[in-house]
Amino acid sequence: MAVLVRLPGSLRDTVGGSGKIQARGETLGDVIADVDARYPGFAARVLDERGGLRTYVSVFIGDKDARDIGGTAARIPAGSEIMLVPAMAGGWAV
Amino acid sequence: MPTSTVNNYATSAMRLSTDRVRELVRGTILERIGDTPLVPLRRFGAGLRGELWAKVEAANPGGSVKDRAALWMVLAAEEAGTLPDPFRAMLDATSGNTGVALAMVGAVRGHAVTLCLPDRVSIERKRVAMAFGARVVLTDPLEGTDGAIREAQRLATTQPDRFVYLDQYSNAANAAAHARTTAPEVWTQTRGELTHFVAGVGTGGTIVGSSRFLRRKGVRIVAVQPDQAFHGLDGLKHMASAIRPPIWDESAADEHATVSTDEAHGLIRRLAREEGLLVGPSSGAALAVGLRIAAREESMVVVLLPDGGERYLSTPLWE
Repeated sequence: MAVLVRLPGSLRDTVGGSGKIQARGETLGDVIADVDARYPGFAARVLDERGGLRTYVSVFIGDKDARDIGGTAARIPAGSEIMLVPAMAGGWAV
Repeated sequence: MPTSTVNNYATSAMRLSTDRVRELVRGTILERIGDTPLVPLRRFGAGLRGELWAKVEAANPGGSVKDRAALWMVLAAEEAGTLPDPFRAMLDATSGNTGVALAMVGAVRGHAVTLCLPDRVSIERKRVAMAFGARVVLTDPLEGTDGAIREAQRLATTQPDRFVYLDQYSNAANAAAHARTTAPEVWTQTRGELTHFVAGVGTGGTIVGSSRFLRRKGVRIVAVQPDQAFHGLDGLKHMASAIRPPIWDESAADEHATVSTDEAHGLIRRLAREEGLLVGPSSGAALAVGLRIAAREESMVVVLLPDGGERYLSTPLWE
């Protein structure tokens, strides 16, 4: 299913500069893989070597923290919006 | 846009002395800001050519190095006559620690505080700042600290009758606090033997201010930044991609180093287990660079650890 993925300024260089991209997938892992297929290197920025979310990456599926609903296995409800942000707040620009 | 308050407070910041600050805060908790412990990292630094020492800023009453800058910025505004103001609140943008510090100082000095924080910052700092009575304006998490800065600038511009914009990124008192407290402390605590001072760059105040005092003593100043724009080193800025703080001056440092978030996080977990020090992510970045220096040369390296790890317990860092 199609979802909208919103990205912080610090990740936009990995997807050609856009802050919003469309992606497809049944789970969060599928969505990340779909983005990575079009923009190689994206998954490595947000996933660790074991395939889990990096400790400093937070992903919200709608209002829910993906970590609370299965991490990369979290199901993506129809019409959802996904937002990726650093898990802590440092400085980054648009 | 009010991008700079340097000119507003520079004169009062330069006039502010440590004796005057002590006099102003005597008999309050603010008296305990500064004079933080310097701890040798004997197990952590075993086998290195140099010695590694940690300046533990979590020992400040507000829990971070930002207590110093907050106190000096507020007192500089008071000395300039801008505060107290019964109709205007102190305003600043922060990723959290400065907010806690300003809220604490504001509570003691009787000034209202409004903070612009990116939404989704670690909840501990937001709640602590609110517990001290601060009002919090949450900004778009996708815009990060820079989004909070833009919102603070907007509020200061559109509602000058409601806010006194302290602007830690431009405020000369921020750097002055380190020139007159942090740097002299480490010089005295090491009996003048330190060779390197290592700290992260967020506003740039720690490096710029400490450099002012320590460089003339022959100490090498080392500035640390995240290695990429998307990072988890809270409070630090990747300068190449962020809004440049007006007080930041690259020439204040003799060396510039970068650290990955993974390396920094690994080191703070190790530090907790080996030295009993629970610190935040930006401490790990400074530690990484301190270790590199102590490994390469005979030295006495002082690494500034900005805050404690308790403020990050709700994040995935310690899972």
